[in-house]
Amino acid sequence: MDTNRIMEERLWEYIDGLSSAEEKTLIENLLQTQQEWEKKYNELLEVNSLLTSAELDAPSMRFTKNVMEEIAKQHIAPATKSYINKNIIWGIGIFFISLIVSALIYGFSQMDWSSGGSNTIADNLQKVDFSKIFNNTWVNAFFVVNIILGLFLLDAYLSNKKKKFRKEA
Amino acid sequence: MSAGFNDNEIISNVLKGNQAAYAELVEKYSSYVFSLCIKVVRSREDAEEIAQDVFVKAYKYLADFKGNSKFSTWLYTIANNTAISFLRKRKLNVASLDNEKVFETADMNAGHNQVIMAEQKSKANMVTKAINMLNPDDAAIINLFYKGEQTLEEIAMILGIETNTAKVRLHRARTRLKEKMETYFSHEVKDLN
Repeated sequence: MDTNRIMEERLWEYIDGLSSAEEKTLIENLLQTQQEWEKKYNELLEVNSLLTSAELDAPSMRFTKNVMEEIAKQHIAPATKSYINKNIIWGIGIFFISLIVSALIYGFSQMDWSSGGSNTIADNLQKVDFSKIFNNTWVNAFFVVNIILGLFLLDAYLSNKKKKFRKEA
Repeated sequence: MSAGFNDNEIISNVLKGNQAAYAELVEKYSSYVFSLCIKVVRSREDAEEIAQDVFVKAYKYLADFKGNSKFSTWLYTIANNTAISFLRKRKLNVASLDNEKVFETADMNAGHNQVIMAEQKSKANMVTKAINMLNPDDAAIINLFYKGEQTLEEIAMILGIETNTAKVRLHRARTRLKEKMETYFSHEVKDLN
């Protein structure tokens, strides 16, 4: 049963023209020497020719007219790419990267690198007093300013997108 | 029909504001899209409504078609997704209809065209009937490969699956179709041979 299935799969690939050159030669040899293969091949070839002859279903005669009447009320939307401003995307990216880098720099500057015997990163990270970082007024102020700037950028991006879409629609 | 213009030239014309040129694309692909939809939703009325929706959506978002694939592949992707969304909305059972009674009911409901076809005994009609007896997934993949002239890679893109999965599904669909033909149309097959 499994051999039969594999034979069918290989023959379908051969019929569809998807076999490699090597496989093609091998199957051609099998078709000439093995009756079982030849019988199955003719059977599948018949199914293939029936499938090729199958007719398409056709919609009603008014179909094209209906579509054209419907699209007369529509406008082509601008391409997605055209209403995304690359500068804003870059701005948002730089904002987040600077946020992460600043937090890391500040965090590492709080570490006491000289104490302790072990020097693994995990051990060093444990030494960072995170409560100290987030209790610092300057750090909190930095985060608040960055969040506000981020919200401005997001607002500018969304309103720009909306304006452009309206203009072109 | 397209007066020597290929799909990309027609699309470029439409994008320049020649809305009427879009009719050429509709004429060219309406049967393919409609056939794909009818295989999924099994009703002529619904399939026509969905096919119309597909062409309207394709028109609206035509600027997003970048020509990285064939226009037909892009259009069939919209058709497949729209038909599946329609079924989901209707809460119809999209799962396998591997039940002979359901096949018979679906076949009887397949519309006026199929009734006429059933009375004729040509090869094409027999295959159309047998395809309509398959589950929607199998029928759609056969339709895309044989009628939609899509490669396995393009079918994979349309259905959102791997190329190998598309290959296995096509093989499975053909095996099931062969079984259906042997079960229901054995006399016709003999007559034709």
